[in-house]
Order: sequence, then C-alpha cells, then structure tokens
Amino acid sequence: MSTLLNDVQEFITSNPSSVMKSEPIVPERRIARQLGHLDALESEAIHILREVAAECTNPALLFSGGKDSIVLLRLAEKAFRPGRFPFPLLHIDTGHNFPEVIEFRDRRAQQLGERLIVRSMEDSIRQGRVVLRSENQSRNAFQSVTLLDAIAEFRFDACIGGARRDEEKARAKERIFSFRDEFGQWDPKNQRPELWDIYNTRVHPGENIRVFPISNWTELDVWEYIAREELEVPHIYFAHTRDVIRRGTGLLPVSHLVQVQEGEQAENIMVRFRTVGDMSCTCPVESTAVSVGEIIAETAITRITERGATRMDDQTSDASMELRKKEGYF
Amino acid sequence: MSAVENISFDHTELLRFITAGSVDDGKSTLIGRLLHDSKSIFEDQLSAITHTTRRRGMEGVDLSLLTDGLQAEREQGITIDVAYRYFATPKRKFIIADTPGHEQYTRNMVTGASTANLAIILIDARKGVLTQSRRHAYLASLVGIPHLVVAVNKMDLVDYSREVFERIREDFAAFAVGLKLNNIAYIPMSALNGDMVVERGDKLGWYEGTALMDLLEHVPIDHDINLEDFRFPVQLVCRPQTEELHDFRGYMGRIESGFIGVGDAVKVLPSGLTSRIKEIVTYDGAVDHAVAPQSITLTITDHLDISRGDMLVKTEGDIPQVTKEFEAMLCWLSEQSLDPRRKYLVKHTTRVVKALVTRIDYRVDINTLNHEAADTLKMNDIGRVALKMHQPLVCDQYQRNHATGSFIVIDEVNNNTVAAGMICPALN
Ligand SMILES: Nc1nc2c(ncn2[C@@H]2O[C@H](COP(=O)(O)OP(=O)(O)O)[C@@H](O)[C@H]2O)c(=O)[nH]1
Repeated sequence: MSTLLNDVQEFITSNPSSVMKSEPIVPERRIARQLGHLDALESEAIHILREVAAECTNPALLFSGGKDSIVLLRLAEKAFRPGRFPFPLLHIDTGHNFPEVIEFRDRRAQQLGERLIVRSMEDSIRQGRVVLRSENQSRNAFQSVTLLDAIAEFRFDACIGGARRDEEKARAKERIFSFRDEFGQWDPKNQRPELWDIYNTRVHPGENIRVFPISNWTELDVWEYIAREELEVPHIYFAHTRDVIRRGTGLLPVSHLVQVQEGEQAENIMVRFRTVGDMSCTCPVESTAVSVGEIIAETAITRITERGATRMDDQTSDASMELRKKEGYF
Repeated sequence: MSAVENISFDHTELLRFITAGSVDDGKSTLIGRLLHDSKSIFEDQLSAITHTTRRRGMEGVDLSLLTDGLQAEREQGITIDVAYRYFATPKRKFIIADTPGHEQYTRNMVTGASTANLAIILIDARKGVLTQSRRHAYLASLVGIPHLVVAVNKMDLVDYSREVFERIREDFAAFAVGLKLNNIAYIPMSALNGDMVVERGDKLGWYEGTALMDLLEHVPIDHDINLEDFRFPVQLVCRPQTEELHDFRGYMGRIESGFIGVGDAVKVLPSGLTSRIKEIVTYDGAVDHAVAPQSITLTITDHLDISRGDMLVKTEGDIPQVTKEFEAMLCWLSEQSLDPRRKYLVKHTTRVVKALVTRIDYRVDINTLNHEAADTLKMNDIGRVALKMHQPLVCDQYQRNHATGSFIVIDEVNNNTVAAGMICPALN
C-alpha cells in the first residue's frame, strides 16, 4: 500500500551506502546525480538573473563588498559571460563602511570591468534628506532614503540584492521578485504569489522590484560556494585581533564611531565579522577561523543566527526588520 | 555530537517539501520539532521564543512560535502566507514551504506545492480524515507533488493506538485511490513529544516503518525530474560583439527537462527550423553534456533567427505542442474574480502572451470534488477552463512536464499574478 515507504526501507536495507548501483545508469542520470545542492541553488540563481536581464528595462545589482553580494557577482558572471553584465553595480555607501570593504569593492568592480555607481548617505545628509540624531548613530535604517533617491535618479525598475530568507523572520515570506510601490514600500499583504519558477516582473513606471536570486541560500551555502568558487572576500571576514568592547550581548569594534564609555573596557581579542555593514552596529564574533574552511566548520556548528549575532539594530524588537523593510530597506 | 566531522555538504541533495494541515493539527509544532531535534534552531531564536512564551504567560518553549512570521500575523495569531524555512542534516538540505491550512488558503498551498518534491499532510489522530485532509490530498494530486506523507499526529492523545492509526490509514487510502495518488507513506507520530519525528521514541513499537526524518533523508528524489524530454526555453541571446567573439551567438537558458549533448539535432519551436548543438558553454568551460536543471549557454551550427520565447527541443522523441488554444486547470489567486470578458496576460516558460478565457468547463468543489457549473472563478477556486492565446505557446501537458505545462495569469491593468494554470492533456 505505501509504496514510498517500501521504497525507502528497501533502499536502506538493501543498499545502505547508495541506491545508484542497483539499477542500470544512463549517462544523463549519472550527470544529474553529480549535481549537488549548490549546483541546484546556483542554477536557480542564474535563471533568476537572466529573467531580470530579459524582462526588466533598467536593473541594477546592489554590491556592497559583503559576502552575499560577492556571491551575486560570481553568479552574474556565470549568467552573462562571455557577455557583459546587463546592469551596473550600485553601492549605497553609508559613510560608516569598513575601509577594507570599500577598497575591496572598488578593486572587484575594476577586475570585472563592470560599471560601479556609488551613492552616499553623506550626500543625503548634506541635502537634508536624512536627519540623524547623532554622528555616531547607526545608519543602516537610513540607507533606504539614499537607495530610493538613487532608484529615482537612474530610473531603475529592478534592484538585485543578496538578501536571504534564512537571515531573519520577516524575510522568510519574502518573494524572490518582491514588489515595491511608488514609495519604495514593501507591503507584506500585497505580495504577488510566486509559483514554480515563473516570475512576474511587471511594474508600472515609478514602481520597482527587488530581486533576491539567493533567497534560498543559507549562510552555510554562501560560505561553501565561496570555498568552491575560490572567491576572495574582504579580510575582516577572517579572524584577526581587534579592539572591541562588550556591550549588551554583543561585541562592538572600537573605531571613531564607537568609543569606550564609562565603565567599559576595550579588549584586544581574536574576532571575525559575519556581516560587514555599518561600523557603528556591526558586531564581530569571537573566532579563530582564518580560512574559508574554518569558517565553514564554525558556521556548521554555530548556535546563533547571523543577524542575531551581528546586528545591534535588529535586536531592538522582534519586528524591527519588518518595519524597516516596509520603509524601503532591502 | 561533533557536527563538523559528520557534515559533508559536497554533494548533498536538495529536498523541498510542504506541510499542510488544518489549524491546530500541529503543523507548527512539527516543523519546530524537526528544526529542534535536527539541531537547526539557533540559540538566539530559542531564547527569543522562550521569552515570548513567558510573556504570554505560558511555560516552557512553544515550538510553534519558531515558524510564526510577520507582525500582522503574530497579532492575529494565524499564519496567512507561505513562509520558507531551511535546515540541513548531513544527508540532505531541506527547504520547507510552510503553508497555512486555513480554509481560504488554497492559494497558499498551491503556491508552496508548485516547487515541492514532497508534501506532509497532517491529520489529528482524534479527528481522523476530515474534509480538509481530502482537500489537501486533492491539491497535492492536482499540482502533482511526487511524494506524499500522511502524518497521523497527536498519537499521544489516543494512547498510541495502532487501531486508530490503521483506520485513518485505510480511510485515507480509500480516498487517495480516486486521486491517483500512489506514493503515500503513513507515519504515526506525536510532534509534541517527538515520537517518530526525528527520534522513534518508545511508544510506537508496533510501527515498523521509518520515522519522518529518516524518510525525508532517504526518499529517492532523483527521478522527480523529467530527464527524457529535452526542453530549453531561450531566456536571452548573448552576442558580445567583441573582437575575439565577433560571431559568437549563444542561447542562454535553463534546461527545464531532459538532457543534451554536443552534436545533438535540435528543433527550434515555434518556427520548426532545425540545427545541431555546436557547443555547450558554461562559465567554467565547455562541456559535452548537460542535464536539467542546469543553466547553460548553447551555440548551434547554423545561423537561425532565434530569440527569447523560442524553445529548443530534440528532433527525436516527444515533441511539445505548438498551439494557440488549450484547456487548463486554473487556481484563482486574486481577490478580483475571473472576468471572462477581459484579456489577461499568460506567462509560460519565457513567453508572455495575451489570452482570453473562452469557456469555464466547471469549478471543482474541493470539499466534495464535485464539478459545478460556473461563470467565474473566485479567489481560491479551482476550475477547468479553455484558453485562447494571441500567439502560440510551446507546451506539454502538466502531468508530463511541470516546467512546460505550467503558467501564470497576470492582470494587465494592475500587474498582479491572478491565477496559476496547469495545462490539461489535449482532447484528441
Ligand atoms: N498532545 C499533543 N498535542 C499536540 C501535538 N502536536 C501539536 N499539539 C498541540 O496542538 C496545538 C496546535 O498546534 P500547532 O502546532 O500550533 O498547530 P498548527 O495550527 O497546525 O500550526 C498546540 O497546543 C500544540 O501544543 C501532539 O503530537 N500531541
């Protein structure tokens, strides 16, 4: 009656190591079997990138110099070489970025020979479009203003980003093609159903979509892919000694933005960053991993989610990410 | 357990599954249990939900909170949309489409099911097979999910009774025959206590089958992909026009089904022109063969006019239909009902065409599975319709080939995705 169950049991008892030897293998089946989950994820992402290129009039790829967007660039190479990328790279510079990451960003764009557009929050602040309470305040939440301005300036109708659904609860329901209204806002109740791999890319002028080709990747997948593709990442992803202070449950890197306060003490310890965002709120984790392999090993056993460990601003409330997304943050 | 040495992710397969059940059957608890017992829950999530459980005045950890999504839903206390979760074991990587089983959410289940290899249908052991279970089974069969697991949950509340389990299994099986569902596994479990989810527990000694996690890790899924019929919808044409690649003309796309080798004879549809594969280009170099679902770039030996929306198939073997008309099962997803007087857009593979619903054959009452006459389809309705396209599509019937048999319907005015379609076998 339950054929599936019988199949499974038979397979386990008759052939504990593999089911492959028990049947004649045609060549296509052999090739298919060599494809692992990274190949499946890669092929899905390439397919998505090509759909954007074919159907959107004026897309851009958000490149921050962080690991997820580094993976996106490799996927774009796989999708479009030997041709050029059918879109420019866009970086929203908060002015609080790690200098190593900015240096890396510029070098990588140059290596690829692709166009890099940088729009900076400093300009938005100077124009009075962004008003901060203090110079040292986290700027993550305000990136949306500069991003939306850049979208309007260049009339981008699609922005490709490296967000993943495993990062945060509010992202678990995010579509791969995520629709934003004229105000750049995300309405969780008004998302288009997404079926099979048929994507609805249509927007009216002024509206746009955010596209997340690596939605289905986890942090571990990203690192495995970086290892497999031998991708260079900024040094601060690897363990290094740094002055940090313990604040709340996290570590904060000492910099011109984060200074030691009364009752706090800076420590010089081995840390690495799991994300590389705003310097004022991106927390490193204690680590001795100095290679991608060691990072993978650490990630595989890590007990703390990426954002929980590394973003002070997400911890404010259970729903803080969701609120920021509604405002146009990607 | 030393996780590192046990984990080898090199060639792990990807299994996508959905969970369906009525409210309170224990879906969230089951997912929480899978994540928890496979050690995929991260500590900050665990401490956040322990915190929330206490705030709500309860004890311990409510595993169902792990899968709660957005703020609005948390306030209403129900899940209203498909959420995706990820976990991995040393054997496989899993993507769960968590689809709420509430009455009006047929569309969520169809959405989640469209990419799933496997569906878990939850049944409360005390309640047995209900209308909702039948509906979930029907949707699973409609969308053609290759594997089905019937999880008879809350066995602890029926004293882990074998008789109760057997009766539910017989009920379900009797119903499933009519739906042509045959790959069904039945598992008794207690998601709350963890029996037969990841661990076997010691209460269900009479049950000889596999525990759920065992099954998820081992069910053979490589036959889920159609490797017979080569289907290559062209997404983009690559013409770098640089000096060294002056004459390069590559057709970029993903192999939706089947496989291809250098030298194979191919036909371009809808034009019907033929040629041979010259190269299979990838970023990592040229290869001799490629299979679904790889994304590749093809060059051919002749100079043909090929563009996005065309499909390459092999000249030998089954050939798709090139047609402006077909019948299809439609699942209506939008609050705005189907208006047969209006033109819609159909997106099918890489083609977008204008289309008209020329006839509604019937609407399915998904509780009784009876066919009813209908002059429209409302949100969550499923019906059989005839469609007429402005331009031809290159398609297969859905049951044979999901990728070339599925389409979405888009409202031309507001650009919303309003329906999901599955092409029926041609009548003649
Ligand atoms: N006794 C018992 N209760 C369960 C079991 N699984 C879930 N429950 C309870 O049933 C209720 C509904 O479970 P939940 O997972 O929220 O159901 P959902 O609506 O399907 O997601 C909760 O109070 C759970 O604790 C089980 O196996 N045994």
